[in-house]
Amino acid sequence: MSALTREKAEGLIEEVLSAYPESLRDERKKHLMVNDPSLEQSKKCITSNRKSQPGVMTARGCAYAGSKGVVWGPVKDMIHLSHGPVGCGQYSRAGRRNYYVGYTGVNTFGTMNFTSDFQEKDVVFGGDKKLAKIIDEMEMLFPLNKGISVQSECPVGLIGDDIEAVTKKSSAAIGKPVVPVRCEGFRGVSQSLGHHIANDTIRDFILERELDEKFSTSPYDVAIIGDYNIGGDAWSSRILLEEMGLRVVAQWSGDGTLAEMKRTPKVKMNLLHCYRSMNYISRHMESKYGIPWFEYNFFGPTKIAESLRAIAGHFDDRIKEGAEKVIAKYQPMVDAVNAQYLPRLKGKKVMLYVGGLRPRHVVGAYEDLGMEVVGTGYEFGHNDDYDRTIKEMGDATLIYDDVTELELEHFVTKIRPDLVGAGIKEKYVYQKMGIPFRQMHSWDYSGPYHGYDGYAIFARDVDMTVNNPCWKNMQAPWKRS
Amino acid sequence: MALRQCAIYGKGGIGKSTTTQNLVAGLAEAGNKVMIVGCDPKADSTRLILHAKAQDTIMSLAAEAGSVEDLELEDVLKAGFSGIRCVESGGPEPGVGCAGRGVITAINFLEEEGAYEEDLDFVFYDVLGDVVCGGFAMPIRQNKAQEIYIVVSGEMMAMYAANNICKGIVKYANSGSVRLAGLICNSRNTDREDELIGALAARLGSHMIHFVPRDNVVQRAEIRRMTVIEYDPMAKQADEYRSLANKIVNNKNLVVPTPLTMDELEDLMMEFGMMDEEDVNIIGKTAAQERQLIQMVAAGA
Repeated sequence: MSALTREKAEGLIEEVLSAYPESLRDERKKHLMVNDPSLEQSKKCITSNRKSQPGVMTARGCAYAGSKGVVWGPVKDMIHLSHGPVGCGQYSRAGRRNYYVGYTGVNTFGTMNFTSDFQEKDVVFGGDKKLAKIIDEMEMLFPLNKGISVQSECPVGLIGDDIEAVTKKSSAAIGKPVVPVRCEGFRGVSQSLGHHIANDTIRDFILERELDEKFSTSPYDVAIIGDYNIGGDAWSSRILLEEMGLRVVAQWSGDGTLAEMKRTPKVKMNLLHCYRSMNYISRHMESKYGIPWFEYNFFGPTKIAESLRAIAGHFDDRIKEGAEKVIAKYQPMVDAVNAQYLPRLKGKKVMLYVGGLRPRHVVGAYEDLGMEVVGTGYEFGHNDDYDRTIKEMGDATLIYDDVTELELEHFVTKIRPDLVGAGIKEKYVYQKMGIPFRQMHSWDYSGPYHGYDGYAIFARDVDMTVNNPCWKNMQAPWKRS
Repeated sequence: MALRQCAIYGKGGIGKSTTTQNLVAGLAEAGNKVMIVGCDPKADSTRLILHAKAQDTIMSLAAEAGSVEDLELEDVLKAGFSGIRCVESGGPEPGVGCAGRGVITAINFLEEEGAYEEDLDFVFYDVLGDVVCGGFAMPIRQNKAQEIYIVVSGEMMAMYAANNICKGIVKYANSGSVRLAGLICNSRNTDREDELIGALAARLGSHMIHFVPRDNVVQRAEIRRMTVIEYDPMAKQADEYRSLANKIVNNKNLVVPTPLTMDELEDLMMEFGMMDEEDVNIIGKTAAQERQLIQMVAAGA
């Protein structure tokens, strides 16, 4: 039984739109829809990947965030230089919780902030000489780096610095890839374009030039694409793939290395988790190297089992049997988790607002816990994401694109779900409204949530949030009757 | 007398820097206290006053010192002929960085350091020919220069440029006190040049404040890195600049210009025989097509 009827959901959208002036109302109307799972395509019902409107609060990031923060940043043995003024690098430093193994400052650099710290004179006279000098210094101070990426901040694009020429020269001088990434923050409408730009530079500067021809392959080689190892997600994913008999030879890019990227064109299959941020490179490897790619979902036992079987379907009987064994092995653990938490969570309602994958991928995990997702939306999804989302969500649920602060607050206030899952920008707003909240970008400093191990942690976290006794004490004592 | 801030604009190569320095020499000679602010990364706006190749610029000194905050006013201000204060904003070599930001930084620095608080009568900004971005509009923004003089000659492109600059002035005139103060005709000895520029100025709602005739003494002085007034004070051309300076001192004709449309500008040029009536039949036709057309007409006849 859904929390919403179609009439009620449409009414909520009408109500919130009525607060806007006409031109904004017309635009925002296109980004809000009431779901109908029988629809084939989302394009008639929802518009996405458009510029956010002035005057509203958006949770979106920028192209630099998409490239430095998401795609390139986790590649742990390369140095990612934030090229421009100091803030972009500093405020994005080590905030994303992509776990890694290594010695920071020796052979891994992910949590450090390398920046060219632009001053006024660098803007006026150009930052190219400084860039060359910094690359030399980084190479001298951190000789175990495997390569460098130059992540452009806005001023670099405004003044037209020729970072391609500098990186080309520096790359030859240090004998390592030095990748110029034109991910200036003003480009595109969200971080999404940054993902694409970063994918393209991996294609042009790593796969095209650095391909590891000598890598010795096996028939079971796969790469995990689009898992950023938030709280260890990629690790709790790869053990399942390995237990079923596959050989995971690369992780893109959580806990990933340059060597792993270089060998990926030799794999038998690319397993794509975050479709939004890495479908580009998967499609490229398919067309150029003939490597098939498959979208999987490791949130919650239902989707995990579905995905394991579907992945195995692309391999021989040994792997198919392996998949069944893995599913059987973890079933008692799943049963135990469900026995403990399902009775406490059954029937609870959830509203989500996340980035580009989780708004649909985590739906199954909540459903495994007996919960119902009554609203979801993407910060920076495209319509191919919404096509997939329609299928995951129930009838008459709300779907909202680049939802504004006003809209989400209105929906949550009216629906009063038992849990809201979004990001740090939303967290305290809803907690102060007395609504249990979990961060679904950083796992609220917990995790992993992928795989069977992740499901147990996810279930525990959701329970301790939703059923936390603190919510009963939200009312001031003097207001109690 | 209150400080008057003037900016000189005009097409590249029209003689802005030469005219500015010569007229400023005229103002100084007459007892005015003047400062020249060069707003061009080439930094050639003060060489005739300082007898220097190019003075150290605010931005080059700032880069050397670390940042512009590390500089003092006396580091960047140089006094030259007749006590004229000279400063160059400076900027990058062609093809790198952001020259416009350099102008913004330099002018902000001068303001913060109180360069305008001295007992100055005039500040002249000598700006790069093309106002390619916000930086080069800096002198006419936010109550900096109130009087804009455009250097122009009787050539088509120079007049186009002058008209475009007027469009820029209109934009900023609405939000501030910037006004067009007149056209300075730097003669190229074209036909009826003074009439043409006078007519253009009238159409723009302004006036041709002075017609500076062409004279080789300007070049002779320039080779010596001097203004005419300093090099050869008795020259006839020196009097021309003195006369221009005097007209500027007494100039009360400050207007929000009325820029011409492209058609109006072309009509004006046709009126003075600088352009032929547009023949729509020849647009987009190659020489070969034209020959063919002529043959066909001939065959038909």
